[in-house]
Amino acid sequence: MERKAVILNSKDNVATALADLAAGEVVEVEVDKGAISVTLVDSIPFGHKFSLTDIKSDSAIMKYGEIIGKATTDIKLGQHVHVHNVASTRGRGDLAK
Amino acid sequence: MSFWGYPRSDGAVGTRNYVGVISTVACANDVAQWIAKQVPGCALFAHQQGCGQAEPDMELVHRTLASLGCNPNLAGVLLVSLGCEGPIDDIMAGIATSGKPVAKVVIREMGGASAALAEGSRLARQMVTDASRMRREEVDDSKLMIGVKCGASDPTSGLASNPSIGAACDMLIEKGGRCIFGETPEMMGAEHILARRAASPEIGRKIIEIVNRMEKRSLAMGVDMRGANPSRGNIAAGLTNIEEKSLGAIVKGGTTPIEGVCEYGERPEGSGLFIVDGPGQEPKAVTALAAAGAQVILFSTGIGAPHGFPFVPVVKVTANPKTYQRLSEHIDFYVDIAGRASHKELGCDILIEALAVASGKKTKAENLGYVNFTDIWTAGTTF
Repeated sequence: MERKAVILNSKDNVATALADLAAGEVVEVEVDKGAISVTLVDSIPFGHKFSLTDIKSDSAIMKYGEIIGKATTDIKLGQHVHVHNVASTRGRGDLAK
Repeated sequence: MSFWGYPRSDGAVGTRNYVGVISTVACANDVAQWIAKQVPGCALFAHQQGCGQAEPDMELVHRTLASLGCNPNLAGVLLVSLGCEGPIDDIMAGIATSGKPVAKVVIREMGGASAALAEGSRLARQMVTDASRMRREEVDDSKLMIGVKCGASDPTSGLASNPSIGAACDMLIEKGGRCIFGETPEMMGAEHILARRAASPEIGRKIIEIVNRMEKRSLAMGVDMRGANPSRGNIAAGLTNIEEKSLGAIVKGGTTPIEGVCEYGERPEGSGLFIVDGPGQEPKAVTALAAAGAQVILFSTGIGAPHGFPFVPVVKVTANPKTYQRLSEHIDFYVDIAGRASHKELGCDILIEALAVASGKKTKAENLGYVNFTDIWTAGTTF
């Protein structure tokens, strides 16, 4: 069976979709030696990320086992994680003013 | 493993055997292009720089032109100059250190473009005739420097194509070869990982320094860099910000220690893995790899990037199945993301492809002639 999504590091709180996934779909994702099951809240296009847990506003988004930014709002398990709810902490000349 | 290349007098080995027609200033581009079109066997390098720039950028442009001329894929070089842009003789002398023939034609000295075209074509024809006598020989793959670039990235780049190319780099370096990658903005958020892999504390500090220098440029503009890098295309494909893009980008260089950091236009010394400072934008980033001396470039793409380079073959690698299907005329190698092959197995296949291209196999970009519209990066503005 082809994988629908992938988790790159056990510290991660997001997974990456390997296919266009529909809202309501239940996705099994392998992590370490087990698997977790996530019911998608939003539709997730190929390559985009969804949350593996409830993430509080201002807390770190983890991918590759590293921090890739912070949540700008509370994010629920199974929600789409992208520019609408994640800020970058680098190259932020708009904040340096 | 080995490949078939053109041995040069300085010990380097070319994977192509062009005569380079290099414009030394934007104002000479037309004549350079006419000469390259008239004389089969020539490769054009044109750009938008070389005038109206402050000294550090002028020095960068001239250094880059000399380094490009030294690239072993060029059997000889003709510089095309307008006549007021600066130390053309120094650039010629820099190229001559590689032992290859180098000549110039100066538009103003010739009395205009038509005479410059005639004389430049005569000089280029002679060099092409001389180059045509050279033959490929079998050489050890330690003679290869692979330049690595990712462009029009999407999340498949970081998941599969970049780590597979990284595995190819690890294998080449283990055999004594060299690899180099750049794109300093795409180290932001991942520079701590690269610095940990530096061969010395000084190299580690230099990695942090070039990333800080690049980030300060975006801070000075008072804007969020997002939208410029990651680009709009990157974002639409699912890359959320520069940290995510960087973490996926740096793996394209593999996992070996970083042996040095070059300024844009510099050539690394020694073997192993190197970094060159510069932007992510393709026509300028690929130039830095060619100037560093890369004879083949491995270029991973997510949503599809068509550019090659005039005299260095650029192998396009994607792990995005839709891109592979839709843009097959631009993609040389497909990494199967859904399959279970390891990055190491895929990297081995990529290295075999790179050696085939080094031995003369044409890339898609070469066959299409999608190899022009190059440029040189400058750190400052144009005045």
